[in-house]
Amino acid sequence: MPQTTSSGSAFDDESTPGEDGAPAANAAAHSSSDAIDDLLDQIDGSLQVNAEQFVRSFVQKGGQ
Amino acid sequence: MNGADVPAPLEVDPARRIFGLETEFGLHLDAPGSRSVTPEEVAGHLFHSVVQWGRSSNVFLPNASRLYIDVGAHPEYATAECDNLTDLIASDKAGERIVHDLIAGAERRLAAAGIDGTIYLYKNNTDSAGNSYGCHENYLVRRRADFKAFASTLLPFFVTRQIVTGAGCITRTPGGAHYSFSPRADHMWEGMSSATTRSRPMINTRDEPHANAELYRRMHVIVGDSTMAEPTALLKMGSTDLLLRLMEARVWLPELTLAREMQAIRDVAHDVSGKATVELADGRFLTATEVQQEYLDAVRAHLGGVIEQTAEVDTILDLWQRGIDAVRRQDFSLIDTEIDWAIKHRLVSRYQERLACGLDDARLARLEMAFHDVSPDRGVFYALQAQGLAKTVVTTEQVEQAVTTAPQSTRARLRGQFVTAALEAGRDFTVDWVHLKITGPESRVVLLKDPFRNVDERVDVLLESMRGPATPLN
Repeated sequence: MPQTTSSGSAFDDESTPGEDGAPAANAAAHSSSDAIDDLLDQIDGSLQVNAEQFVRSFVQKGGQ
Repeated sequence: MNGADVPAPLEVDPARRIFGLETEFGLHLDAPGSRSVTPEEVAGHLFHSVVQWGRSSNVFLPNASRLYIDVGAHPEYATAECDNLTDLIASDKAGERIVHDLIAGAERRLAAAGIDGTIYLYKNNTDSAGNSYGCHENYLVRRRADFKAFASTLLPFFVTRQIVTGAGCITRTPGGAHYSFSPRADHMWEGMSSATTRSRPMINTRDEPHANAELYRRMHVIVGDSTMAEPTALLKMGSTDLLLRLMEARVWLPELTLAREMQAIRDVAHDVSGKATVELADGRFLTATEVQQEYLDAVRAHLGGVIEQTAEVDTILDLWQRGIDAVRRQDFSLIDTEIDWAIKHRLVSRYQERLACGLDDARLARLEMAFHDVSPDRGVFYALQAQGLAKTVVTTEQVEQAVTTAPQSTRARLRGQFVTAALEAGRDFTVDWVHLKITGPESRVVLLKDPFRNVDERVDVLLESMRGPATPLN
């Protein structure tokens, strides 16, 4: 999976405070939310294709 | 076999324990437009290369772990015996790589059979029809006459630990969908017994120690969820180990016997608010966070005494406390890069927000499956891990090494050496947890009853006999 993201490398923010002086923790939380959105952007298309059929086709017997 | 040569059991530090993890994987062929293919047929293609070199779909690998097809056509991987949690997690993760590496060949064989499809392997706990399969934990304990009473002491712990170690899932009911701590909880039917698939107990009491039966028993726990995040595995196995250490030192654990275990495990699973209470045999009603806090406090009380304080123990206790706090305060961000249910909850919640759909939407179920996909390239969990959104315990190098190399500090080392040498020499052999056997006209067998022993002269002789051209073994 490509790891380039629309907002650049999101985790560069983690170690340094934001430019506006926001605490590093908030910057990290913000960038990790961005990273989740970037990831969802990448997979959204494939998740949407025949999702229902795909999910229903996964049936096995139980195990232990 | 020469019984007289069997070395005496090693004297083992009481803190040393053998661990094992067994994982049944979900197997899914997505082949729209093709004729229907049974899971057994897909499993057969998946294991084609295994059968080619191992002459069986039930083999021990050069890394000393076991790979086979279990009931229900589930590929199953059982880690080799490990005496520390780092090796265990590396070996468990290696298993994901090993089963994943079977997919490409299986897809080619399916294509040759006219079926154009994609195979997915999920390290999850249920299929779309609600069939359950699992993750089994093994803990070697010192044999004692009262094993059942001993093990049953842990049932309140196992019922409630899902709030800190559960895989999390969307539960769909006729009345709507909600998020739960554990997909496995609804499939447990009793506390302890020797049955497995007919009536799933939380602790299986079948007495198969795979070791010297006079000294050891293997506690086989089948109530856990398969989980993706390494810190979740660390907490799941580590917290259980710490409680076992107290019990083996004859420390009394808090009296928390539950009135109705099966009701309790379901009530806890389905209430992520953490407010659900469980009824104790003594009439008290406690929340799962209160029960877990009692166990955690019991361990803390013996830190520096029965429990040696190490960096790993500190890590386990810290994560355990944050897990309890996350549920109590309803601040899941305390653990949402470490504990499966919280990592997945965050992902699913965000996707649901974006789609503005109900929790029962098929696209969210599809996302759950993608989360548990073991493919390092395609699996969404691994994408999260690559982004730092899921933390690790072991390095990629440790996992890669564990794919080919057995844990070095236990009996697994001997099995790994034997399997590797026999394959290199082209010798026929059979192996199980306690036997190494060269088959054929010069048959030889070594019995390895001590899982802590990683050096054995009898195995050295066996290995030596396989080096160079096949020569008679005198």
